[in-house]
Amino acid sequence: MTTAPEKTASAEKAVEKSDLVTLTIDGVSVSVPKDTLVIRAAEQVGVQIPRFCDHPLLAPVGACRQCLVDVPDAGNGRPMPKPQASCTMPVAEGMVVNTQVTSPVADKAQQGVMEFLLINHPLDCPVCDKGGECPLQNQAMSNGRGDSRFAASGGVKRTFPKPIHLSAQVLLDRERCVLCARCTRFSEQIAGDPFIALADRGALQQVAIYEKEAFESYFSGNTIQICPVGALTSAEYRFRSRPFDLVSSPAIAEHDACGAAIRVDHRRGKVMRRLAGNDPEVNEEWITDKDRFAFQYAKQADRLTYPLVRDEETGEQRPASWPEAFAVAARGLRFAGSSAVLTGGRLTAEDAYAYSKFARVALETNDIDFRARPHSAEEAGFLASEVVLKQPATYADLEAASTVLLVGLEPEDEAGTIFLRLRKASRQKSATQVVSLAPYTSWGLAKMNGRLIQTAPGDEAAALRKLDVALDSNSVILVGERLATSPGAFAAATEVAKATGAKLAWVPRRAGDRGAVETGCLPNLLPGGRPVDDAAARVDAATAWGVSHLPSRPGRDGDAIIAALASGEVGGLVVAGIDLRDLSDPHGALEALQAADFVVALEQRETDVTRAANVVFPVAPVTDKAGMFVNWEGRPRTFDAVLANPASLPDLRILSGIAEELGHPLGFRTVAEARAQMEEIGPWDGDRSTPAEGLGFETVASATSSTGGFKLATWKQLLDNGRMQEGDDNLRATARRTVARVSAATYDGLGAGAHEVTLTGDRGSVTLPVEVADLPDDVVWVPQNSFGHGVHADLSSPGGTVSVAKGAE
Amino acid sequence: MTDTLTPVLTKNWDADRAWTLASYEQGGGYGALKKALKMAQDDVVTAVKDSGLRGRGGAGFPTGMKWGFIPQDNPNPKYLVVNADESEPGTCKDIPLMMASPHTLVEGVIISSYAIRANTAFIYVRGEVLHVIRRLQAAVEEAYKAGHLGKNIHGSGYDLDLIVHAGAGAYICGEETALLDSLEGRRGQPRLRPPFPAVAGLYASPTVINNVESIASVPSIIEHGADWFASMGTEKSKGYVIYSLSGHVKTPGQFEAPLGITLRELIDLGGGMREGHELKFWTPGGSSTPILTAEHLDIPLDYEAVGAAGSMLGTRALQIFDETTCVVRAVLRWTEFYKHESCGKCTPCREGTWWLVQTLNALEHGQGQESDLDLLLDQCENILGRSFCALGDGATSPITSSIEYFRDEYVAHLTHGGCPFDPAASTLFARTLGSTPGAGTDKGQVGVTA
Repeated sequence: MTTAPEKTASAEKAVEKSDLVTLTIDGVSVSVPKDTLVIRAAEQVGVQIPRFCDHPLLAPVGACRQCLVDVPDAGNGRPMPKPQASCTMPVAEGMVVNTQVTSPVADKAQQGVMEFLLINHPLDCPVCDKGGECPLQNQAMSNGRGDSRFAASGGVKRTFPKPIHLSAQVLLDRERCVLCARCTRFSEQIAGDPFIALADRGALQQVAIYEKEAFESYFSGNTIQICPVGALTSAEYRFRSRPFDLVSSPAIAEHDACGAAIRVDHRRGKVMRRLAGNDPEVNEEWITDKDRFAFQYAKQADRLTYPLVRDEETGEQRPASWPEAFAVAARGLRFAGSSAVLTGGRLTAEDAYAYSKFARVALETNDIDFRARPHSAEEAGFLASEVVLKQPATYADLEAASTVLLVGLEPEDEAGTIFLRLRKASRQKSATQVVSLAPYTSWGLAKMNGRLIQTAPGDEAAALRKLDVALDSNSVILVGERLATSPGAFAAATEVAKATGAKLAWVPRRAGDRGAVETGCLPNLLPGGRPVDDAAARVDAATAWGVSHLPSRPGRDGDAIIAALASGEVGGLVVAGIDLRDLSDPHGALEALQAADFVVALEQRETDVTRAANVVFPVAPVTDKAGMFVNWEGRPRTFDAVLANPASLPDLRILSGIAEELGHPLGFRTVAEARAQMEEIGPWDGDRSTPAEGLGFETVASATSSTGGFKLATWKQLLDNGRMQEGDDNLRATARRTVARVSAATYDGLGAGAHEVTLTGDRGSVTLPVEVADLPDDVVWVPQNSFGHGVHADLSSPGGTVSVAKGAE
Repeated sequence: MTDTLTPVLTKNWDADRAWTLASYEQGGGYGALKKALKMAQDDVVTAVKDSGLRGRGGAGFPTGMKWGFIPQDNPNPKYLVVNADESEPGTCKDIPLMMASPHTLVEGVIISSYAIRANTAFIYVRGEVLHVIRRLQAAVEEAYKAGHLGKNIHGSGYDLDLIVHAGAGAYICGEETALLDSLEGRRGQPRLRPPFPAVAGLYASPTVINNVESIASVPSIIEHGADWFASMGTEKSKGYVIYSLSGHVKTPGQFEAPLGITLRELIDLGGGMREGHELKFWTPGGSSTPILTAEHLDIPLDYEAVGAAGSMLGTRALQIFDETTCVVRAVLRWTEFYKHESCGKCTPCREGTWWLVQTLNALEHGQGQESDLDLLLDQCENILGRSFCALGDGATSPITSSIEYFRDEYVAHLTHGGCPFDPAASTLFARTLGSTPGAGTDKGQVGVTA
């Protein structure tokens, strides 16, 4: 049912015979692709040449000179007169290379460089975070000498005050730095945030930063990981543990829909740090700072650890046993009349499947929606016809694309891995042209060398219909989930893709979103892309589940469920993973929850939702359970539990407990059983939902009716007030400044020297520092969740307009 | 004796207000430019190729061949960059030339740019020599006004803009790719090659980088012909060059002579050694070239012969040291220079020079043991040919060569418990301190090698 990994021939590009170059390394003949660097060709024959500045994903620099090798024949029959840096030298046909293994010259050269590197390096390995996993330490052992001639000859080391802050999160110990420039090259080449650079010269050369501009990069943590010594450390992990005490487990980042591979290092049941995993097809070796540092949320004081039941007499929540909670929840839902399910973005695909099946089998309803944010019927139709079961594009396709069109998506904020890949694509020889339909040229777009097609929020459909961008089957259109608030945009994007042959991919914000589509957490879809309104599909699912029938009436979507709760049409609710601030009407939703007859909440931490619930179940965070996220490509990303915590149950175990009490067992209790059932039911092979059927695309001619105010453009920045970023103040300190952006004309209209603006909408008013951007004159931009309770609670309903005034209220 | 001198570049240095356009033109200046503009561009390149002119910045690469590397089918603009970042200890030829006769360089730039089809040229001058920068700027302004620069020069249809750019005082910026980085506004650090500047140099465009003296020699080649130029010098080292004589000679200065003259002749031209003293050691081309001794007085100063003697002709910066000079002290001072000027990009040069200074410093103070000399040589071996650019190589030259010729003197520091020399004796004011040998020090002068 969930889409299978597609390992086609295109993924493993067959190397043409003619592109192979044959050379001899340490007496072993090896054939490698043309332009391979000697240092990597040597790896093919099993020789590890020591290195510091070399990194496969950074441009060669040849600075550290650690990888010197002897080249008795450069391929032209002539020897190189002196040892060569193998990290900068491409292979040549007939070349002969002798590394430290066979050449005394190369060995001595490497030993010499190692000795030089150590003369100014402090001997603080016992207190250094890198000690035990340090390339300098390791290579000093393998390619260095046991004693220090420098110390023996009375040498005096260069010293610096320890450490200095490059940002709140990243600290620099200049004494330890070997000046390989990996961090500065990463920042410049990969992230496009050249806030750090080498300064001064000679042995006093050092990584430096302009004192008035902090290292404000969403990817700064990667510099810590690629630092070959302990020069860069994070405030979060500094002095927390020793690498040899850590257990490393592979995992998948849960903060966005990119599916980035991460490595979780833990000790005695506690996560100590997270690192980027190495997955060339997805995130290469990079992750965002949010993926790296935001994991303390699971350790906060408000973490739920036992079930709660609302006492009928006192009206207060009280601790309950699991069996009691299951029984109370089941009884409450049974007597609440019709019930619905609302889920959010944190769910794994297996959990989402459990909610989907629970709704249909146990609650006998299609009232289920995972879209805990503004959404539309048009979007549901789009997801059913254009997204589910499809794998239109991959990261590799982004790199190979001639043009990538972004609509309603700001990759740097909303999908960091996509941003890095697009920046890489835009810098390669056959550069990918990034075009963005957005209100203004964001910093991220500039770093992707992108072109802006200035589009006010709501005008995306119109802009797509008059697009002057040459798209072809090699192009990719990435549409963000935000388009749900832009009537007709999904339909227009689909039209453009069909007309040009361009690949069309939907990029949600949250890790669980795509899995929720695949597993049918939508009012119009059953698991595996089975349309609810297709009798054959319903029969197929019912057969697989061993039930007589499934509800045939299309369900309510999220907003309709909340409205029905408020009006009493729906009495019961199972809710999980929802942050009320994200919803179209946070206050209305809370009132609806409070008005509902019976609410069962499954949550990691206490929230407004759990406080309003009749039964609260604590659920496992991703570290405590196995599961799968389906990323925006449709690529399944499975992971195992990192920590063994028997008291921490995944959502699906709790749902199966309630379902059993209701007399409608789900047929699984563990993640493995759920996954097996998902595979058994498989993808729908019948007719797919088409826009004409199902919920269909609305054709709305124009955007929000103009009331004379400013249209509000907004999205969530990577680092903001999100719940899952709580617990790391250093990370939050690296968030971008919260500002409102206005056009130059609007700014001039405010009167001279405005530093702040006050925006007022239908939900309230907010005062923010103001910046000028190339926005349309009738649009203002604010970050969605960086102030107060967010835009929807404090400023304006989605798609609303605001007024703009100078200064404070 | 004056027959050995061939003043071409230095011919007008003693003219009244030689740096002005009027004075330069009075001596026939800018005649070569008018001649060159009537020639085909390839013919100018050919003339320089035929002359056998080799780069005067130290490496001695044939200038015409360098020009020939410029890919003329490359759509990017071509650039000529003049390396006037003269910073090598002992080297003092470009700065006097630009000071005395900046128009010689300007004319050379115009002809050379015309030859390689560059419409923009840069002179990158060492930042400390403000007076020279002003002279150059004034000369360029005069040349614009006279129509030698700008649009449609002398009706030829050829346009050229010449920009005088002041560096900020880094020795490394004399390295051509570091110079390009600096010119582009970045930190001066050498670039990875390939790509070579001829293909992707300034602003990733084809770029010729030449020394001041090389470019300044071009007008005379055009004016008098390649054969005239090639008739001077030796078989593989053609033409005339400026020899800068400094140190313990009576009359230091710039001497322009054909390649192949010997140091003995040059010292004679310089009025001989300091009164009562004799030659101890000397550098043929600045501090980066291995030192030579009195036994090398008669080798011809051209690229081949100096190379055969184990050194390099370099920039023909002849620093002369007499027997009052402590070679350890001199080498330490040079090494401190390299430590200060190492750009920091590569490990051997950055860390190696840091350590070399400490080892040498200990030796100068008589600390350590004789095995430290082998440590010193081993350090040098680990830097030479291991560093990113030639700066690291240059830092080792004085050390290895001085140990080769004066090992005993190093050892004497250890046995003596410090420097056996009177540092004052080697100074210019030594005579005024009194004629008593060893005045001002309790150690006296032991004259280890004298």
